[in-house]
Amino acid sequence: MSVGVSASLDLAFLAAVRRVADEVAAPNAIDVDRDARFPDETIDALRAEGALAAFVPPELGGGGVSFRALAEGCFELGRRCGASAMVFAMHQIQVVSMVRHLDGAPWFESYLGELAREGRLVASVTSEVGTGGDVGRSVAAVEPGEGGLFTLEKQAPTVSYGEYADDLFVTLRRAPDAEPGDQVLVLVRKADLELEPKGTWDPMGMRGTCSPGFVVRGSFAAEQVLPTPFPRVSMESMVPVSHILWSHLWLGIATDAFDRARAFVRAAAKQKPGQPLPAAQRLSHLMSQLSLLRAEVASGLTDFEEASASPNREPLSTMAAALRFNNLKIAASEQAPRVCQDAMTVCGIVGFKNDTPFSIGRHLRDTMSAVLMVSNDRIHESNAGLLLIAKDV
Amino acid sequence: MTAAIRQILRDHGRLPVDPDDLADDADLYQAGLTSHASVNVMLAVEDTFDTEFPDEMLTRASFESIGAIASAVGRLTGDAAA
Repeated sequence: MSVGVSASLDLAFLAAVRRVADEVAAPNAIDVDRDARFPDETIDALRAEGALAAFVPPELGGGGVSFRALAEGCFELGRRCGASAMVFAMHQIQVVSMVRHLDGAPWFESYLGELAREGRLVASVTSEVGTGGDVGRSVAAVEPGEGGLFTLEKQAPTVSYGEYADDLFVTLRRAPDAEPGDQVLVLVRKADLELEPKGTWDPMGMRGTCSPGFVVRGSFAAEQVLPTPFPRVSMESMVPVSHILWSHLWLGIATDAFDRARAFVRAAAKQKPGQPLPAAQRLSHLMSQLSLLRAEVASGLTDFEEASASPNREPLSTMAAALRFNNLKIAASEQAPRVCQDAMTVCGIVGFKNDTPFSIGRHLRDTMSAVLMVSNDRIHESNAGLLLIAKDV
Repeated sequence: MTAAIRQILRDHGRLPVDPDDLADDADLYQAGLTSHASVNVMLAVEDTFDTEFPDEMLTRASFESIGAIASAVGRLTGDAAA
């Protein structure tokens, strides 16, 4: 019976996300991209549907949908607005990490209830100036403050939608004398935070994520530190979940590029029935490229579900798993812009222009961010080490 | 065996502390063992004890303390004294 209930929750959630994607995200996507503005109306619509709390367990007031449904939701939003999908995915990565690792902590259970009631949006502050892009190390630490509270000050080179988030999930060293890798996650509320903007935001793609740098200062109580240490959260949830949700939305963007190329070829075929159409053959090549991306993204999700279902999620703490989900990220981040570029070739000049039904420019620019969000070079470096020791890969 | 493991940590662990000052159950990651350095420690442990860790033992937990490493090596080599 529970399978049936959860399947119907998933269906209702996906129907709502699809409606928001088609009716709200799609008509605003061009504007969001052109002005590099936050997709307010899409996030508000998702909030109104309860989608921001979709993964929060029902007993805490959330939607209780499956992880698979979340991933499919990222795909659906990605087809209509890459930046909206990225904001949604980043928020869900924080929620999934909390849900999987709160370990019965009353503060986090009550916070998730609040997140569900109010539709709070959570942003992540993991990267930091001075760590060379390694989120497994922190400079900033949990510092003792006044009145039994703690404080933080962190130089963040990018905080996606930092200005628009209700709360931040921040990595810090456990204590002022802790080693750089001895990290914890702290949920800090907007009311207790001060964000000092650093720099501007005028990027090539994913413009609606509004991710400039900030100096983040704030205060928090001891209960706001997630009980599970960050290295374990990172390995069992945050890293694989990020790679799966990101790759789903990149697949969504690539799928829309493919759909546009297909619409172009159909329109051309109707104009000149019976005549040879070179673009039709290119479309067939494009489809095989897209199917490779689809297969990798789909198997990544299935492997994660299987590993998560094992006792203690044991397989997720192996090196083989780290390699597996690193490879998903590398493969999807390289293949998605390739599909978009080939789709542009199919469409020719009308794909290159920004104002036709076949425009692919935004898709290409958005997916070109994929290799940079956690740089593939860093992931290859980490894989190279793991390959020295892992056996069955 | 723990003396040999401490020597490996001294050579490859790049810890900010001397491994002799760490208890057998001290958390090596909290002591500053990075994931990069831990790979070199694993390689050296395999080399020193002439064994290979199967993938299911290549977890963070197997290498989280000197005692955990010794017990993992003991299980692999059948050395009850570990």
